[in-house]
Amino acid sequence: MVISEDTRAAIDSECAKYPQKRGGLLPAMHLVQKQLGHIAPETAVELAEIFDIRPVEVMEVLTFYNMFFSAPRGRHNVYVCTNLPCALRGSRTLLAQIESHLGIAAGETTEDGRISLGHEECLGACAYAPMLRVDETYHENLDLEKANQILDGLE
Amino acid sequence: MGLKVPYVTSYLTEHCAEDDYVSLAGYEAKGGYRAAKKALGMAPQEVINLVKESGLQGRGGAGFSTGMKWSFMPQDSDRPKYLVCNADESEPGSFKDRLLLERTPHKMLEGILIAAWATGAEKTFIYVRGEYAFPADVVQRAIDEAYEKGILGPRCMGKSFAHDVVLMRGAGAYICGEETGLLESLEGKKGQPRKKPPFPAQYGAFGMPSTVNNVETFCHVPHIVDQGADWFRGFGTEKSPGTTLFGVSGHVVRPGLYELPLGTPLDEIIFEHAGGIPGGRKVKGVIPGGMSMPVLPAGQLDVPMANEYLRERQSMLGTGGIMVMDETTCMVRASCIITYFFRDESCGQCTQCREGTGWLNKIVNRLERGAGSEKDIDILVDVAGKMEGQTICAFADAAAWPVQGMIRHFRGDFEEHVRQQKCPFSGSFEL
Ligand SMILES: Cc1cc2nc3c(=O)[nH]c(=O)nc-3n(C[C@H](O)[C@H](O)[C@H](O)COP(=O)(O)O)c2cc1C
Ligand code: SF4
Ligand code: FES
Repeated sequence: MVISEDTRAAIDSECAKYPQKRGGLLPAMHLVQKQLGHIAPETAVELAEIFDIRPVEVMEVLTFYNMFFSAPRGRHNVYVCTNLPCALRGSRTLLAQIESHLGIAAGETTEDGRISLGHEECLGACAYAPMLRVDETYHENLDLEKANQILDGLE
Repeated sequence: MGLKVPYVTSYLTEHCAEDDYVSLAGYEAKGGYRAAKKALGMAPQEVINLVKESGLQGRGGAGFSTGMKWSFMPQDSDRPKYLVCNADESEPGSFKDRLLLERTPHKMLEGILIAAWATGAEKTFIYVRGEYAFPADVVQRAIDEAYEKGILGPRCMGKSFAHDVVLMRGAGAYICGEETGLLESLEGKKGQPRKKPPFPAQYGAFGMPSTVNNVETFCHVPHIVDQGADWFRGFGTEKSPGTTLFGVSGHVVRPGLYELPLGTPLDEIIFEHAGGIPGGRKVKGVIPGGMSMPVLPAGQLDVPMANEYLRERQSMLGTGGIMVMDETTCMVRASCIITYFFRDESCGQCTQCREGTGWLNKIVNRLERGAGSEKDIDILVDVAGKMEGQTICAFADAAAWPVQGMIRHFRGDFEEHVRQQKCPFSGSFEL
């Protein structure tokens, strides 16, 4: 069993909020990912048991949403928004600079497992571009220097 | 975090710079929950009529009459009824709901409570896009506080009326902003939109009668109940009353939020409020309402920002997200980003959308590389035309319109790429 007792209890209380248990699936996946960092196929099987659905139904949901991961990630998920308003303010140039600073391309993870880098669609920060999302935190109005400072400060 | 307060405020946002306003006590000190108290003393039908008379239109993009929508909820049904607050805000260029979630959470909850009373809903699901972790925390704290003080729960504000509010976080999918995609996601499934009819008022969340409204829509409601329909109609145009939160991004001196009456001319927003274009450059084109809405050229910026005027220019208000592009901008590059987004976010159920968004992106990319032909431009127009009005949800239209707008007003940019067999705009933003 990889899903902990604590996570299971939290899942139960999420499910209780919905008229059908299945309503708790997305919250459950967030909770599991918080515990384990990603949702591996065997974890998906456990989730399927909890919800009394087929594993393929969990996999379907897992692959549909960008924020759920089926494979391990770096310790930090860093995203640069590259949609139009951010691009107009230089976000794609910033992404290229960050790629060379970290020595990886978007979609890759640094060798020490510290950072997984990606680009993302509009994050609702368009006026404060360019911006980064680091895990659950937004960093706005950046330039390369500020961005590097933030990245270098990640454990 | 560190969210910037609007440069221009009106009734929706006037207190949003005050940290205390986020708390229940701070909100009540400024007259908060007075309107809910009043509404809960009225007959539900009276509340619906009041919102109808106010002319409030949904602020989530489609601009449908809010009072009308509420009146579609069955009255005599004994099935549970639900409300859904759409806080998925992912239309590129839109960042207004984030401010309201972070700075005026109790105003949104008050609007929800009033809507719940009016429609007889027993529960509200607030669906917050997954990336809005901080806004979701703020709203959850506000919900908890409202329960502690008896505003929500088994006896809302001391009345024999029960209402629960549940916050769910999405997980990164634009299509979950479409109301029936959202409902599927709420039920723990892939966010693939449903065929309509049946509409949510008959078959909504968990199969029960439901009403979906946008965050900002709910925030207008307490003001309407508190001050009346005529007061509300004192803002905006006859057909589009009230203020809205315009979000200005791209090439302007002061990008940010501006709460202004509907019908404010677009050029006034860009040049007077947002400070115009930096470096003395000229404007080239403006997307007036989030990325799904067709672009307007520099010569058409005198348009009042309300649907009745924008439609005449073959565009729409959408979410009020205004993206400004200066004269250096390559409109083919802009189209590469736009078509990539829609290709990436199509849920894939409908052939026209799944294949069409792919083709649009492929052809635009080819043109940008300098490998396209004159015929490609016509194919773009043809493909976009075949995507419209054919699909389960309006996403395919939203993907077709911006391309049509770009070619309608900036065909010259596309043709120049064909003629020179490369991108002629070396000073444009980098792809
Ligand atoms: C592709 C697509 C994406 C949408 N995204 C959002 C969104 O992020 N937020 C929102 O409030 N409405 C969004 N909508 C509109 C909703 O379907 C729905 O009309 C709206 O939430 C209703 O609320 P309102 O009447 O208060 O505007 C979207 C529609 C489409 C077709
Ligand atoms: S139009 Fe596109 S996004 Fe909407 S249901 Fe069809 S395939 Fe999905
Ligand atoms: S385009 Fe980057 S946050 Fe909106």
